[in-house]
Amino acid sequence: MLNSSLLQLGAALRSKKISSVELTQLYLHRIAALNSKLNAYITVNEEMSLVQARAADAQLAQSETHALTGIPIAQKDIFCAMGWRTTCGSKMLSNFIAPYDAHVIEQFNRVGAVNLGKTNMDEFAMGSSNETSYFGTVKNPWGHNAVPGGSSGGSAAAVSAHLCAAATGTDTGGSIRQPAALCGISGLKPTYGVVSRYGMIAFASSLDQAGPMAHSAEDLALLLNVMAGFDERDSTSLQRETEDYARDLNKPLNGLRIGLPKEFFAAGLSADVAQAIEASIAEYKKLGASVVDINLPNSRLSIPVYYVLAPAEASSNLSRYDGVRYGYRAPEYTNLADMYEKSRAQGFGEEVKRRIMIGTYVLSHGYYDAYYLQAQKIRRLIAQDFVEAFKQCDVIMGPTTPTTAFNLGEKNDDPVQMYLSDIYTIAVNLAGLPGMSIPAGFGGNGLPVGLQIIGNYFDEARMLNVAHQYQQVTDWHTRTPQHIEV
Amino acid sequence: MSLSINDVYKVARLARLGVTEQEAQTAHAQLLTIFSLIAEMQAVDTNGIAPMSHAQDITQRLREDVVTEHNQRELFQAAAPQIKKGLYLVPQVIE
Repeated sequence: MLNSSLLQLGAALRSKKISSVELTQLYLHRIAALNSKLNAYITVNEEMSLVQARAADAQLAQSETHALTGIPIAQKDIFCAMGWRTTCGSKMLSNFIAPYDAHVIEQFNRVGAVNLGKTNMDEFAMGSSNETSYFGTVKNPWGHNAVPGGSSGGSAAAVSAHLCAAATGTDTGGSIRQPAALCGISGLKPTYGVVSRYGMIAFASSLDQAGPMAHSAEDLALLLNVMAGFDERDSTSLQRETEDYARDLNKPLNGLRIGLPKEFFAAGLSADVAQAIEASIAEYKKLGASVVDINLPNSRLSIPVYYVLAPAEASSNLSRYDGVRYGYRAPEYTNLADMYEKSRAQGFGEEVKRRIMIGTYVLSHGYYDAYYLQAQKIRRLIAQDFVEAFKQCDVIMGPTTPTTAFNLGEKNDDPVQMYLSDIYTIAVNLAGLPGMSIPAGFGGNGLPVGLQIIGNYFDEARMLNVAHQYQQVTDWHTRTPQHIEV
Repeated sequence: MSLSINDVYKVARLARLGVTEQEAQTAHAQLLTIFSLIAEMQAVDTNGIAPMSHAQDITQRLREDVVTEHNQRELFQAAAPQIKKGLYLVPQVIE
């Protein structure tokens, strides 16, 4: 049952081979047994999950159901879910019970999916290793000394270890794709504006985008069908015709033009990752695709640009945590300013404070033009590189990360080294393009390698088709970590 | 324009983040390495390039000026650290 696709689980539920309550309990038992080792979940609430499962079973007894009715989904702890503790991985929100549902949560509730629990994450999604979480580090199921990646590290680990049928994530600079790559699963960051940000705790609003994390491209398509859609409560939500993202899964890849950016295969890419990526490109050629060399000359600037823009937006977004309306308040203080300063100093972790300070500095008087405006101008150059590239190719491929998962603690004391691990993912967020990562083999240390597929704006259906066809002729996405029993 | 330790204190005050001397020094060292990474941007010629503030070239959507939210004061105040008679409590600010 645990190795089933979402379509197979749906069929089992509809044919009464298993009930949603039984399926939910199966996962809850696995979480009870394995979460103490992996720390993938911050909050599990059996009773709330089972209430939804019982409702789903009642729905399944009638005829009208959705493909995901009764299926247990793990939600990244960045999404407000009514009545659920929603922490965003921070001490600041460690006691926050969300009084409303995020749009993403509403969408899953609407089709009768079961919320299985809230997954661990880097604090306020700021991190690439899940080590900045107030609730402790997540272990990579493929190697317990390795990081799971971040910031959606709990979701990636939960999917990888079969502690849920599928999960949600969010991606501001690579936070879906990088952990998906490091944990050997599939993950998709849609075009900016496709999934509503309503009720998704804000980090950098012009870059944040939610997306699905699962075992296969087919599963991702079903999940995106539920998550996507116009929502007037997010002013950047796009009004578009409803799409079936699974419509092109079975199209052959004859004639597909794959762009390979030379910048993604230059110095800094480890040999074992390069080898796995080259092997998967060779597989695509067998499927009828051709390869074009392309250039993304400004992509090397994406990290400096990102570390100006994202902290600038974060410093503004996180000013709402004042210890007055919700969140942590320091136990002792002398006056109002002291209460703000102590509550924020005690409630935020080191990385969050670092980024608030960077953002406050680059927005402050005298530095705005040199940093913030300059970064916004280079952002346009980076986006234009992609516009040029897509004149020559249909999708862009390369590694998701320069190495397989690094060790816990390895980059903890060196923020710059940590930031550089997102070198191949950040440009996609700056441009607002869709990007995904799928399993593409293993590195020398036995840890998973992720193949990144970048599409043109709103080309998710084609990307999913490209990923699905690869998954029809390879089995990397079906592999399970050695020490995880299924 | 090198960031000084005084800049760190100034920024911390602007952001309402209390810092100890030790924390300010650690933050200073780390911010210097981060800003040396960011400095790579300065050499790029961006004359005539329009700043890109948003991923899609769309204008802000407007809605009718009508009430869409109903009063949920008690529900929302349930998450507050300190309330009294429906008001948020903060330290006294007026003598």
